[in-house]
Amino acid sequence: MNAARGSLLGIEVLDAAEIMRILKLARRMNPHRPRPLLKGRRIVLLFYEASTRTRSSFEIAAKALGAHTILIQSSGSSIEKGESLLDTGYTLRAVGADAIVIRHPNAGAPQVMAHHIDVPVINAGDGLHEHPSQALLDAYTILGNKKSFKGLQVAIIGDIFHSRVARSACHLLSKFGVRIILCGPPELVPDVAATLAPGVRVTRHIEDALRGTDVVMLLRVQKERLAGMKIDLPEYIARYQMTPARLKTAKKDAIVMHPGPIIRGLELTSEVADGAQSRILAEVQNGVPTRMAILARSMGKMR
Amino acid sequence: MKTHDKTSLLIHGGHLIDPAGRIDAPMDILLKEGRVAEIAPPRKIKGADRRFDARGLVVAPGFIDLHVHLREPGQQYKETIATGTIAAAAGGFTSVCTMPNTSPVVDSPDWVTWLRDPARGAVVNVFPIAAATRASKGATLTDFGALQTAGAVAVTDDGKPILDDQVMREALVLGGELNFPVVQHAEDTRMTEHCSMHAGARSFRLGLRGMTAAAEATIVERDVQLAMQVPNARLHVAHVSTADALKALRRGKRTNPRITFEVTPHHFALTEDDMRDYDSNYKMNPPLRSAADREAMLVALADGSASAIATDHAPHAAHEKDMEFERAAFGITGLETALALAITRLHVKARVPLTRIIELFTAGPVRCFDLRGRGTLMRGSYADVTIFDPKKKWTFDASKSLSKSKNTPFDGWQLTGRVLATIVGGTVVYSG
Repeated sequence: MNAARGSLLGIEVLDAAEIMRILKLARRMNPHRPRPLLKGRRIVLLFYEASTRTRSSFEIAAKALGAHTILIQSSGSSIEKGESLLDTGYTLRAVGADAIVIRHPNAGAPQVMAHHIDVPVINAGDGLHEHPSQALLDAYTILGNKKSFKGLQVAIIGDIFHSRVARSACHLLSKFGVRIILCGPPELVPDVAATLAPGVRVTRHIEDALRGTDVVMLLRVQKERLAGMKIDLPEYIARYQMTPARLKTAKKDAIVMHPGPIIRGLELTSEVADGAQSRILAEVQNGVPTRMAILARSMGKMR
Repeated sequence: MKTHDKTSLLIHGGHLIDPAGRIDAPMDILLKEGRVAEIAPPRKIKGADRRFDARGLVVAPGFIDLHVHLREPGQQYKETIATGTIAAAAGGFTSVCTMPNTSPVVDSPDWVTWLRDPARGAVVNVFPIAAATRASKGATLTDFGALQTAGAVAVTDDGKPILDDQVMREALVLGGELNFPVVQHAEDTRMTEHCSMHAGARSFRLGLRGMTAAAEATIVERDVQLAMQVPNARLHVAHVSTADALKALRRGKRTNPRITFEVTPHHFALTEDDMRDYDSNYKMNPPLRSAADREAMLVALADGSASAIATDHAPHAAHEKDMEFERAAFGITGLETALALAITRLHVKARVPLTRIIELFTAGPVRCFDLRGRGTLMRGSYADVTIFDPKKKWTFDASKSLSKSKNTPFDGWQLTGRVLATIVGGTVVYSG
């Protein structure tokens, strides 16, 4: 079975025009001026993994559109009793879910769900694979600060290997011709990462990544996903931590982004996190209108 | 199969290909009392109780699969010896070698005897491969001599490779003394934790942790090294999937010709790029590899380096497969598609002669495990025969598979080459 119309499984499969349509729609969404586009609809938030930002902003977005939300988490539900992914999906469909927003530790879980259940499935992050709503809200944030994607250079610094945010960001930015530089040690940024999309290259040197860069995206070292990999944190900090001094290498009007959660003193200093160039909280804010657009689109309400 | 037909059966009008007997010609063949009684040019043999019209068909020695999981004892919900051997017969296999990673593990002579008991309901010959170490824990060797006496044809810890150098050396020493092959599933499992496909650009893109080619090659290199040092060692490497492992095997075979290996149909038919939408019917171990690895497998099958095509038939219930890719069970079924994939991919596409393909299913496997009297149709051999139409086009429908499980990536594939009859000990056990 094909995924239901309105599903958002990943950025890789979207074309640039569709991405622009979603971003345009997001610009018309205002969380403070609710629009009952999805009045009476039931949106299930199915979270197999911890989340603060993504979960709360999907919930606020759904409510701003007039939908009911039901939160299911692995602990405190039948998932804990051993119910399979698909059985949970069939159950949610049977109780009347109109869309399922899913966060899952395994890559491809939303795809598996979407191919068996005839309601739109929205990927809220699947393992190391993709995090499409984050990429869209990051694109929204970039366009709020830069005229367009044209001629932009974006450096993504940190744990690329374990990052679904990085994969989705690369796919999205590449579709608009953005030059993308991935930076970090080989364990976290394997050479193969450059094959992800056109215009992506890998460097080990942070100065190389920052020179001429318009957008600096920082990523957390995902200790919970290292799976036996040993990372020398002091060494990482020495080579890759974003400090005010390093940030000066980037363009003067460069902005700093981070999908969160941030670990102060590790991938960035507090001065950078709280500095004038930081857009970290703006990203969180932009999550709501972006996810309103994603949810409206999932129910065919693109206007 | 202990019983055989007392009456005689004449297979006439067919084209006989017996690589071991160096025959590739129109020949009639008479089967009597479970053996091949006579081979002669067309219409020379008279007086048979029954006749099989093989006009337009290839008549070959019965196929042998060195690597199947029939899931007994203990996992009958996936497959049984009865259902698995029916699927084998439908695929043209008259003999299958069963893997010991069952529940419990086949690590004692009693279990070997149990597997061979006619009460299991096998319709083709079952040759058990026993565990190489107790409970396949990789620490203490099993009693090779007693297992061999009970009827095991080889030992292995399939799925759980023997990592400890000393244990592997001891296994090869003991196996060498007894002329008993040690089969290795070559995977350094210390390097493949949490991995579900081949490591490369595609696994990175999909966000799946990948098994490197090195995880296979390093174990093969070590085993080949040991097999070159240990006198009379018999090493058989299961399901070789990487070009790097192949390099080590080619080098080793020059010193010790008793080093053998098999290649599965999926490793010559598919690559890592074929998996779509996290479909776990493309998940197996070793995983589907790169296009370059696949090409290397085709070369090894064509040039004689590989000894056998073995299916690694690994049935799983739907509930073990219809789930998150990373959590789904490893393995696919393969008995019913092996010959057709070989003809479609190796013969029609890669121009490998039919004789060589038949060798990979018959004389080749026999050399790996010393299955005497099989893999050939010379007079006096066992009356195990596979009859197929090498030109017949058909579409594989997984839902009609005779295996208890349907976990195959080849559902809906248009294939060339179809088995029309499988004869075990002179008895037709399958006719298509």
